[in-house]
Amino acid sequence: MNSETETEMLREYTERDYQYGFVTDVETDSVPPGLNEEVIRFISARKREPKWLTEWRLEAYRHWLTMEEPHWANIKYDPIDYQDIIYYSAPKSSADGPKSLDEVDPELLATYEKLGIPLNEHEKLAGVAVDVVFDSVSVATTFKDQLAAQGIIFCSFSEAVQEHPELVRKYLGSVVPRSDNFFAALNSAVFTDGSFAYIPKGVECPMDLSTYFRINAAKTGQFERTLIIADEGSCVSYLEGCTAPMRDENQLHAAVVELIALDDASIKYSTVQNWYPGNEEGVGGIFNFVTKRGACRGTNSRISWTQVETGSAITWKYPSCILQGDNSVGEFYSIALSAKRQQADTGTKMIHIGRNTRSTIISKGISAQRGQNSYRGQVKILKNADGARNYSQCDSLLIGDQCGAHTFPNLDIQNSSAHVEHEASTSRIGEDQLFYCQQRGLSLEDSINLIVNGFCKEVFRELPMEFAVEAQKLLEVSLEGSVG
Amino acid sequence: MLEIRGLKAGVKDKTILKGIDLTVNAGEVHAIMGPNGSGKSTLAQVIAGREQFEVSAGSVTYDGQDLLELAPEERACAGIFLAFQYPIEIPGVSNTYFLRSALNSQRRARGEQELDAFEFLDFIQDRMALLNLHEELLNRPVNEGFSGGEKKRNEIFQMAVLEPKLAVLDETDSGLDIDALRVVASGINSLRRDDNATIVVTHYQRLLNYVVPDFVHILVDGRIVRSGDRQLALDLEEQGYDRIAARAA
Repeated sequence: MNSETETEMLREYTERDYQYGFVTDVETDSVPPGLNEEVIRFISARKREPKWLTEWRLEAYRHWLTMEEPHWANIKYDPIDYQDIIYYSAPKSSADGPKSLDEVDPELLATYEKLGIPLNEHEKLAGVAVDVVFDSVSVATTFKDQLAAQGIIFCSFSEAVQEHPELVRKYLGSVVPRSDNFFAALNSAVFTDGSFAYIPKGVECPMDLSTYFRINAAKTGQFERTLIIADEGSCVSYLEGCTAPMRDENQLHAAVVELIALDDASIKYSTVQNWYPGNEEGVGGIFNFVTKRGACRGTNSRISWTQVETGSAITWKYPSCILQGDNSVGEFYSIALSAKRQQADTGTKMIHIGRNTRSTIISKGISAQRGQNSYRGQVKILKNADGARNYSQCDSLLIGDQCGAHTFPNLDIQNSSAHVEHEASTSRIGEDQLFYCQQRGLSLEDSINLIVNGFCKEVFRELPMEFAVEAQKLLEVSLEGSVG
Repeated sequence: MLEIRGLKAGVKDKTILKGIDLTVNAGEVHAIMGPNGSGKSTLAQVIAGREQFEVSAGSVTYDGQDLLELAPEERACAGIFLAFQYPIEIPGVSNTYFLRSALNSQRRARGEQELDAFEFLDFIQDRMALLNLHEELLNRPVNEGFSGGEKKRNEIFQMAVLEPKLAVLDETDSGLDIDALRVVASGINSLRRDDNATIVVTHYQRLLNYVVPDFVHILVDGRIVRSGDRQLALDLEEQGYDRIAARAA
């Protein structure tokens, strides 16, 4: 096709609307914008937290004050005014905490229904236990009792603080220290809720655990904290989905996720991120600055990150693995799509400490319209990591001629027995590929989807079945009109 | 079935086809021969609807409708098939999935029931045998890692599955050894019917020993300089394009 047709197609692509851009009208209970020790004490008090946690937050805040926002990533945005953000916003009806689904605001339930989340336990044919985080408070956790029968703890983070303070205290900040980075420090000071899961020794979690995040209130920052501990010989698959309504202003999302896998344990963490990406002019959209890290503490442990990132105006995210235990395995499978004026700087870090540790990185970046997509990854093999292996593959796909793809791999190898492989490719959806598909009878849009799905196949394969279908659809929706 | 009148087409400022007239009726096989750069492939691609070629004059009528008005996929759904000279690779998409999507898209357009994965596998069994195609090839990504011969056989296999009314074979014989040529040719022949037609674009006459044309057209510098029956291809082989073209001029 000639460049004019392409421009035309891109225009159609751009004009797609964000499908999840509705706002739920629920009375919220929030603090005025701004951040100081008082706000942090308020949040902590509101959540009836023990003194040690209040102090923990305050120390994080004091450290944060000494830090500067990082600017090494390949992203551009206007300065964030941290005093203009609301750090706590809870739906009012849940101030006393809903005891069951009946007590949850029906409008909230309707919101989830629009999102297609099967909150109603009777509709839970899928067998997914959902912990729903709405703005800052976890609204309801389904399937809790069934899981409890096996000793599995799956609840909101706040609840874990109340019910299992010893676990929280032992592991919180043990993978992502408060001083780790600017956004992690901010999160540590002001996190409001999130999910907590503990899988006891030898237990294979019988269902996928799932959290659905949604940012609703205007000017609200969302700072969830997720902590998952897989005790010896246990196994869990965790799914995380995210959406946010359309708003003209940018909303900040700075989450921290910590995973801990002990001996022979395995954690599979899958994310489908569909925050509002902003409009075609780059107005609005979520700023997503997230720190995700997993520690393979035990021998033979395994942590696998799979992410499908189609949303957010800005994505700054590097789910990483610290491969401490001998024979431990870290995996990172990623699809990141940047269309409109989205900017994604995402990748992973694999830190090999133990012997015979292995890691795999498969990254698929798709850029369309004026999107900018960067892969940034580090593979670090420390002195004592004998027999470590890494395989990295970073592929970029360009749609149109106004987008960009960038790759920033970093290899730091201190042990000569290491095997490290890195492959990278950049390709454009070719006019010849599209013509070939169309000549066989496929519409232009179907042709693009077919080619993009083929490009992403290795990552889709890693997602749990239902999530894979959702991810595939999401990608199609996000790409609709992009080359149309 | 196909009426081409005074067709001129090209890219940007270069006219490649300089006035083509061609009539193809159901049941006929036409061979279009010509030296490199004469416009054979351009003609094939213009029929299939490739947008990079601009039509500046003339008309193409297919089954009574203005073909030039139709998008490539609409032409495909109307029964036009192009076997590519250089079949395209689509990484990560299995050959079967691709072909089933294509077939179902065409069936939808014709208001026919789509085939599910099992029905489709049944549907393609004897067609695979026809082209001597290994099952393993079906599950590999489209054309990726295929040998030259496999790619060409795969094109004719797709044609066998999609059952076009008008097939345009662009240099399908190039890069084939003699055994593969026989397989491909017998595949093409077995698909010949009274209600479909084939245009064979080729540089050499050797394919025409197997796929016997009813008409042969010689294309030189964007014009059909001579038309005739099968004998013309044989003369051409003996005398070369230069002399045939010179005699035409």
